[in-house]
Amino acid sequence: MTTTETRPTAPAPERRSGELDLRELARWAWRQLTSMRIALILLLMLALAAIPGSLIPQERVDALEAGQWKDRHETLTPVYEKLGLFNVYGAPWFAAIYILLVVSLVGCIVPRAFVYWRGLRAQPPAAPRNLTRLPVHASYVTTQEPDVVLERARAVLGRKRYRLRRDAETGTVSAEKGYLRELGNLVFHLAILVVLVGFAYGSLYGFKGGVILVQGKPFANNLTQYDDFVPGSLFDPDQMDPFTFTVKDFDVEWLRDGPRAGMARGFNADLDYSLRGGEEKSYDLRVNHPLKIGSTELFLIGHGYAPKVTVRDGEGNVVRSAPVVFLPMSQDLFSFGVIKAPDAEPGQIGLEGYFYPTFANVDGDPVNLGGDDLNPVLSLNVYTGDLGLDDGTPQSLYTLDKSKATALPGQNPGMPLRIDLAPGDTVTLPDGLGSVTFDEVVPWQRIQISETPGKRIALAGVVLALLGLMGSLFIRSRRVWFRVTPAEHGTLVEAAALDRSGGADTDDVLSRLLTELQEEPR
Amino acid sequence: MTDAAWGTLSNQAVTAAGVVYFLALIAYVVEWSSLRQVDRARQLVGAGAPVDDAPEPVETERHEDRVAMFSRLALLLTGIAAAAHLVALVARGMSADPDRVPWGNMYEFTLSGTFVVALFFLVLRKRYSLDWLAPLVVAFVLTLLMVAVIWLYDPTGPLPEALNSPWLVIHVVSAVLATGAFTLGGMTSVAYLLKSRRGSAPATGVWARVPSLERLDLISYRIHAFAFPVWTFAVLITGPIWAHEAWSAYWSWDPKEVWAFITWVVYAAYLHARTTAGWRGRNAAILALVGTATLWFNFIGINYFSSTSQHSYAGAMAPVVQVDGR
Repeated sequence: MTTTETRPTAPAPERRSGELDLRELARWAWRQLTSMRIALILLLMLALAAIPGSLIPQERVDALEAGQWKDRHETLTPVYEKLGLFNVYGAPWFAAIYILLVVSLVGCIVPRAFVYWRGLRAQPPAAPRNLTRLPVHASYVTTQEPDVVLERARAVLGRKRYRLRRDAETGTVSAEKGYLRELGNLVFHLAILVVLVGFAYGSLYGFKGGVILVQGKPFANNLTQYDDFVPGSLFDPDQMDPFTFTVKDFDVEWLRDGPRAGMARGFNADLDYSLRGGEEKSYDLRVNHPLKIGSTELFLIGHGYAPKVTVRDGEGNVVRSAPVVFLPMSQDLFSFGVIKAPDAEPGQIGLEGYFYPTFANVDGDPVNLGGDDLNPVLSLNVYTGDLGLDDGTPQSLYTLDKSKATALPGQNPGMPLRIDLAPGDTVTLPDGLGSVTFDEVVPWQRIQISETPGKRIALAGVVLALLGLMGSLFIRSRRVWFRVTPAEHGTLVEAAALDRSGGADTDDVLSRLLTELQEEPR
Repeated sequence: MTDAAWGTLSNQAVTAAGVVYFLALIAYVVEWSSLRQVDRARQLVGAGAPVDDAPEPVETERHEDRVAMFSRLALLLTGIAAAAHLVALVARGMSADPDRVPWGNMYEFTLSGTFVVALFFLVLRKRYSLDWLAPLVVAFVLTLLMVAVIWLYDPTGPLPEALNSPWLVIHVVSAVLATGAFTLGGMTSVAYLLKSRRGSAPATGVWARVPSLERLDLISYRIHAFAFPVWTFAVLITGPIWAHEAWSAYWSWDPKEVWAFITWVVYAAYLHARTTAGWRGRNAAILALVGTATLWFNFIGINYFSSTSQHSYAGAMAPVVQVDGR
C-alpha cells in the first residue's frame, strides 16, 4: 500500500489510457475513415440507403405519383417528409453517406497513388533468403552451369515482359510484372470522381422540362411555355437556347391485330424548328431519336388526343373553344379530361369525362377498342356552380374542383347527366345553361426538353472506370525469383513465385516458367 | 413458317426444355444418391469390417459404373434441354413481326437469362470442373422457367416504341450475360458457405466432390471478376446512354436503375471484401449472395413493388405519359 507513495511523483498527465487529444482523435478518425473496412461498410450503407427511394414514389422522379401517395397516407406523410423520403437522392443523410465514401476513397487512393509513383521506378525486390519458405516454390537439379541457367532465366522472363532487378545478388534473378494492375485500380477509383463531377455539373447547371403541345401550336423556349420545369440549382434561364418549333404533322402507326391490337407501334412528329430566328429546318422526331438544337435536346415521349370543344353559354356567347388535352388512362389512349368555362352566364359550366378514340357499345357498356381515332366519342358529366377559379388560386388543368359545384341530374333518378358526343354533335344543356359542341379531334404530343451539360464528362468517367476496372481485375501482378547454387551433381535451381492479385493459379505460372526454362534452347 | 407457328414452336420448345431439365435433375439426384452408397461400401471396407459382410468389390465397381453412367446421362440431358431452350428463344424471336431479339418483355428476359445460366455452366464445366454444381444449376433454371411460364407469360408482340433501338441488343445482352455469370457465382458462393459449415473436409460422399474452400473462393472470384465489368458496362454505360436517348435523362433514379446501382455497389463491396482482413472468405461469400438476391429482385421482384418504373415492359403497361398536375 505504501508503494504508491514511494513512486517518483512526476507531473502526472491528467490522462487515462486510451484518452486522445483532439489531434490524435482526428488522426484516428481519418485512419478509420480511410480504412478498407469502413469503406466497405459505407458501400453497404449506400446500397441500403438507396432502397427506400425505389419503393416510395419520389417527387423528382414522378411528382404525380408522389402526390397521390401522400394523399393516401395521411399519417406517414409528415414523418416521411421530415426524413426526406420523398427525395431520397437529394436528402442530406444520403449525401452524407456518399460524401463520406468519396472522402474515404480519396484518402485511400491518393496515398496509394504516391506509393505507386515511387514503386514504378523501384527495382523488383531482392530474392528472399529462403525461397522454399514461399507458398509457391519449386526446385530441380540440372547439369547446366549456374551462369547459363541464370542467363536463360533472364531471357525467359524478359520475353514474358517481366522487369528484372539490375543489381540482383549473385546467383539470383528477381523479376516482377503487372505494374499496370495497380494503375488500373487507381484509374478506376479516380474515374469515379470524374463521373461524380460530370453528374453534379449536369444536375447543377442543367434543366429538365416537359410540355404537352397540341399539334400546330408553336413553342418558344422560355420558362413560361413549360408545363413542368425542374432546373438545376445554378441554372440560369437567360442562357436557354432561343429556339422555336412547331409540330406540323403527327403520325401514329397502329397495330391492327395480335395481342397488342389497338396500341401504337410507332409514332413520329414532323416538326419545323429554328434557332435564334435563323433558317427553318425540319426534323422527324421519334422515340429514341432526339433532336438537338444548340445545347438543348428534344425528346418525343408521349402522345394523346385533345378534343376541340366549343361551349356556348345560356346567352349564346362562345365561352370556350379550344382543343383540350385529355390524359391517357391506358395504352389504348382511353383518356380522361376536364373542360372549364368559368365565364359562362348565367352559370359556370364544368365538363368532366372520358374520351374514347374507338368507341363501341358492347351490351350497353361503352368500350374503347383501340387508340386510333376511328370512332371518337366524348362522354361527359356536366357541372355547374362555383368552379373555384374566381379567387385566383392556381388549379390543375386536369381536375375539376367540385366542392362548390354540382352535377346536373340525368334522366334516371340519382344518376348525373351524361352527354355523349361524336365529332360534329351539339348537345343543348338543360336549365338554359347553354350548349356543347364537339368540333374535332386534334392530337397532342408530350415533348421533353432538357439540357444535360457534363454528360460527356460523366460518360468519359465511366468508360475510364471500366478500363481501369478491367486492368485491376485481369492484369496479374506477380513476382518471381530464381536462385542457383552449385550442387553435387550439377546446379540446384530454386524458384518461387508470389501472386499479389489473389485470384491466380500461381502454381501453374511457376511450372510453366520452369518448363520453358528447362527446354533445350532453340 | 408463320409467326403463329413460330410462337407455338417456341412454347413447345420451352415445355420440352422444362421436361428434359427435370429429367436431368432426376438423373443428377440418382447420381448423388448412388454416390452415398458407394461411400458406405467403401467405409465398411475401410473400417475393416468382417470380410464376409463387406460388399463384393464387384458390387462397388457396379456402383461406380452406375454413378458414372448417370453422370453422363444427366449431362447429356442438360445439353439437350439447353438446346431446346435455345430453340425456344430463337423461335420466340421469329414469332414476332418484324423478327426481333427475344428479350422484349419479362417472360423473354427470364427465358434468356436462364438460358445464359445453363450455357455458362456448360461452357465453364470443364474448365473449373463444375460438374458437382450441376444439380443446383439445373434446379435453378427449371424453377425460373416455371416462374416464367406460370406468372410472366405474355404472347409475342411487337416491341414498344422505346425498346426499338440497337441498344436493346447491346444493353440487354450485356445485362443478361452478367446476370447469368453472377447467378453462377452465387451458386459457387452457396457451395462455399455450405462446405465451410461442414468444417473439416469430408473425404467421402457428395461433399468430397465439391472443391476445397480455397478453390471454391477462387472460382467464385473469377466468375464475379468476369461478371462485374460486364454489369458495369450494362448498367452504367449502355443503360444511361440509352436512357438518355429514349427518356431524356441518362440517370433518373428509376426503381430499376436504383436496384441495378444497388447490385453494382454490393458486388463492388464483394470485390473489396475479398481483399480485406476479416471479410475474406465467409463474409465475402455472403456478400456475393446478397448481390445475387438484389440482382434477381431487380430482374423480377421490383416490378411488383413499384408501378412507376419505366422499365415495366411486362404484359400490363404503365400509363403512357406522366404529367405534372399543375
